[in-house]
This record gives sequence, C-alpha cells and structure tokens, in this order.
Amino acid sequence: MDLYAENILDHYRHPRHKKPATRHPPFDSVHSRQPETIVHTEANLSCGDEISISLNIKDDRITEIFWDGTGCAISQAAMSMLSEELHGKTMTEIEALTPQNIYDSLGVPIGPRRAKCALLGLLTLKNTLRTHKGVDHVSWARLIALHNH
Amino acid sequence: MMDIDMPLDIAFIRRQFPFLRASPPPVYLDSAAMAQVPDAVLNAMTQWEHSSRANVHRGMHARAEESTIAYEAARSTVQQFLNAKHSDEIVFTKSCTEAINLVARSWGETHLQENDAIVLSMLEHHSNIVPWMQLKDRKGIDVLWMDIDENGMPRMEDLEKHLKTGRVKIVSVTALSNVLGVTPDLQKIIALAHEAGALVLLDAAQAIAHMPLDVQKLDCDFLAFSGHKLYGPTGIGVLYGKRKLLETMPPFLGGGMMIREVHTEGFTPADLPAKFEAGTPPIAEAVGLGTAMEWLVAGCRLQVANSSHASSNQQRRTGILWDDIQPHEQSLLQHATCSLQQISGLHILGPTPDSQLLTHGCVSFTLDSVHPHDLTEILGRRSIALRAGHHCCMPLHKRLGIPASTRLSVGVYTTKEEIDACVQAIVEARKKLNT
Ligand SMILES: Cc1ncc(COP(=O)(O)O)c(C=O)c1O
Repeated sequence: MDLYAENILDHYRHPRHKKPATRHPPFDSVHSRQPETIVHTEANLSCGDEISISLNIKDDRITEIFWDGTGCAISQAAMSMLSEELHGKTMTEIEALTPQNIYDSLGVPIGPRRAKCALLGLLTLKNTLRTHKGVDHVSWARLIALHNH
Repeated sequence: MMDIDMPLDIAFIRRQFPFLRASPPPVYLDSAAMAQVPDAVLNAMTQWEHSSRANVHRGMHARAEESTIAYEAARSTVQQFLNAKHSDEIVFTKSCTEAINLVARSWGETHLQENDAIVLSMLEHHSNIVPWMQLKDRKGIDVLWMDIDENGMPRMEDLEKHLKTGRVKIVSVTALSNVLGVTPDLQKIIALAHEAGALVLLDAAQAIAHMPLDVQKLDCDFLAFSGHKLYGPTGIGVLYGKRKLLETMPPFLGGGMMIREVHTEGFTPADLPAKFEAGTPPIAEAVGLGTAMEWLVAGCRLQVANSSHASSNQQRRTGILWDDIQPHEQSLLQHATCSLQQISGLHILGPTPDSQLLTHGCVSFTLDSVHPHDLTEILGRRSIALRAGHHCCMPLHKRLGIPASTRLSVGVYTTKEEIDACVQAIVEARKKLNT
C-alpha cells in the first residue's frame, strides 16, 4: 500500500489548523501568552522535524488549536489530522490517545522507520497539556509503548 | 602488466557483486554509508571459515598457524595499500569509530592536559567529534573548530589562528567529507600542524575508497578507516599510527593478546600491534579486508581474479589503481551534479560551480518543500537507495542552516543509468508530493 496515500498528501499540502504565528524558537518548551493559551514545541532531532502547538483551554476543554511545524509529509499530515479531532477534548481524553489512534487515522502501514514521524504531533500535544498541568512530560519510549486498552 | 589506459569494465565489475545481481537490479546510490561486497571478498572469508578457522597467535596446530598467517598477510596488504613503513603500524580495530576512540583514549589520556587544545573541522562526522568531546569533559581540554568557506573547505586561517595559541596538540580532520564530497588541503594542514608541534589524525572513512592515501608521503601521524566502505566486510577497521607514537601509547582495551606477561601484581603490555588488539580479533573480517584491497588494486579488472602480491604491489606503486577508478567516479559525479542542477528548487551543497574544486564519492542536496525522508522513502519504494538525514554531521548541517539533506554516493560499480533513473524518480517524487 502506498504510504503517500491521497488523504495524507491532501493534509500535507493543505494542512488544517496550521498557523505560522504559532511557531516559537525551537526547544523553548513553555511559553504562555495569555492565561489560557499554552504553547509547546517538540522536535525530532534525528530528522529535523519540528512541531509547535498552541492550545486555548477553557474549563479543562480545548477550545482552540493552532499548530505550526516543518518536516516530512507523514509528520505534518498526522498533525493536521490530529488537529481536526481536538475541539472540546479534555486532558483525560488526550491522555488516552495512543499511537494506534494516529496510525488508524493515517490509514497506511507505519513501519518502525517512520513511527517517530507519525507520532511527533501526538507527543507534542500530550506534552503541551502536561506543561499546562505542570506534570512531567511523556518520553518517546513511553509514548511508543502506549497501547489501546 | 595491464594496459594502463584500459577503462573499467563496469558490467564485468557489477557481475562480481551478489547484491547487484538481483533482478531487477537495485539502484544502489548509498555506498558512502556502506559499499557492497564482491564475490572475491566473500569467497576469501568463506575459505578461511572452511579450512583455516582457528584462533590467531595461540596454539601450535596447523590450522592455528594458517589462520595466523592469513591474519598477518591481511595486515601486510593494508600496510602496502597505505604505503606504511612497518606492518606493526597497522592496528586492526572493529571500525573507524573504534580507531579514533583508540587515539582519543590512549594517546589523548596520556598526552593531553588541562588547557591543551585540539582542532576539528566543521566537516567532521560524529565519530571524529564525540570521542574528543568525551576527552574534553574528562581532561578539561579545549575543542577548537575550523569553520568552512563558501565551498565547504575548512578555513586555513582558522587553523593558523588556533595553532598560534601554542596549545594545540592534535588536529583531527576528515580526509573526505561524507556530505559535501570535498577534500581539505591535507598536505597543508599536516605541514602547518607539524610546524606548530601538533599531530594530525586523518579520518579516512570516505577517502579510503576514492583516492590514493600514502601515509608516508602525507606524513600524517594517525589515519583511521572502516572496511565496509572499501568493499570489505563490516566489523573491521584500521588504525594506522606512526610506530614511534604507538610505542608511547598505553593499551586501549585490556585482555588476551595485548599482554606480554600477566602476574598477580599486574601486567606488561605486548609489543605493537598486539598491544592494541585485545581479545580475539575479527579474523575472517581482516582476511576479507585484505582481499577487498587486493580486489580493488587488480582483481576487479581481471577475468580470473587471482592477483599475486607482486603485481598488486607494482600497481600500487605506479598508481594504476586510481588511474581508472577516479575518472569513472568523477564522470559519474559530474553527470549527477549536472542532472540534479536541472531540477528547479534543488540546491546542491558544497563547492560553488565556478570553484573548480573536485569532489569525490558523493553529492548532497536539498529540494525546496520536499523533506529528505519523504524523498528517500518514495525512491526507496522503487528500489533506489539514497541516504537522507544529517549523515552523522549535525554541526555541519547546523552550519549550513538546514536540518537534513539527501545524499547520492557512488562506487566502482555505479553507472550513469542508475543516476538517470534516480534523477527521474526525484522529479516524479517531487511532483507527487507537491502537486
Ligand atoms: C567521514 C566518516 N567518518 C567516520 C565514519 C564512521 O565509520 P564507522 O561507522 O564505520 O566507524 C564514517 C561513516 O559513516 C564517515 O563517513
């Protein structure tokens, strides 16, 4: 099956909820602009992929999401698809998301070589919320080991 | 004697590589990461396993002796290939990386003190950076950098400036960049360093497969490379070091082979090169490496690949080895560069076109709005192998202001048709990703 399926390329060429202003200097992990806006950046150093997420949160629910990033089609498309699912979600719901959810929405087989590309957005998302809650970030190893229950 | 002007018979060479005999043949443009292995090398290794397999330098039985002879013959072949003065200046290691670590640990730990400095260039592979960084952390030495100019060549002014501090004890540079394909002015670097009382280590991981390296003529103090980039097996590398330096260095790893005597109070190390070869060495791999060198010198051109030592010696001395390989690889790289340049939005890294600088082995590039991983993934699915990423050169990529690049590299078996297929596939991949 073609990894570069039409839906992936469509999200890559026309990313949803992507807004350049979201971007912050890389590796500057926490940066609050307004009380309820939280921005966080993660990078995949081995390939130079980078994603920043900006969330507006109200009553523990995501009311607005923007993201920005650079990287391969898989990382960018996965983030774009993920961004469409986030409105109204709570921290608990985000914490429950697993790699399999991402692979399911991509709908193509993701081998070990590309797993980190596919999951960069999810990692960034989880750690944006964890930053907000002031809890420890989730690591790559932990994220990849997460399974559906 | 072989005809000097005889061009390489590429079809004949390709038939000697099991990997390239696959049908349809893969388009393998990643020899800078690992070259493929010819039958001659595999056969020599298998033959050692079948009839000479025994440990070296221990045991009196006939196979042990045969094995020792084969292992030491490989060392002599490496000595001749590099034109080293003595065979005990050739130390077998597991890789180029281990060879550099050996120098950083053994020589660095004993000869460097706080406030001493070492010089690296911005072209270096992580293998020639991290061992020195580890030393920096342990010994409090400074790591000074030679920046690169617009052609990617290390800046001599930087070297001169660093050497003037009087603190530099070693300059450790690549003999050929594994990203830009440029060769620093080795002769000049070595002359300047020696004038200032500093040693020079050459990281020849790439250079070894693309140009003659005569350690006596170069007068480098150390030189390191791996077998797998020279059409040899994995798990074998070489450290060349001048005898008088190796003699002043303590053993790197401890174990069997590297001792003269062990008693309950301590040990005395063995003589060179055993001092640096602790434990059972990679014997089949050494035999394979020796055979790869002989194959490159003569065997790859012979219908019957059984070159004698005498003829390979003579060819090495007369330089015939490189007289046909280099033009072949040069024309491939020129062809690749010209074809790639036709692709709009493609930027070749390295020397500017009017610099007249020759590159060797590889050409790297970026393509606007196409990530190297997407490009190589799509090409890979069509059996076209290129490398994407930072190629273990993060400081260089940071210096170039890019997160990653794509690299096309060539070897003796590469053809223009393969490059054409690759260029065509790049154009199609770009279309697929961007339209
Ligand atoms: C310039 C350079 N130096 C060092 C190395 C390390 O070689 P190895 O991984 O075989 O030890 C490489 C291999 O990629 C290289 O290209």
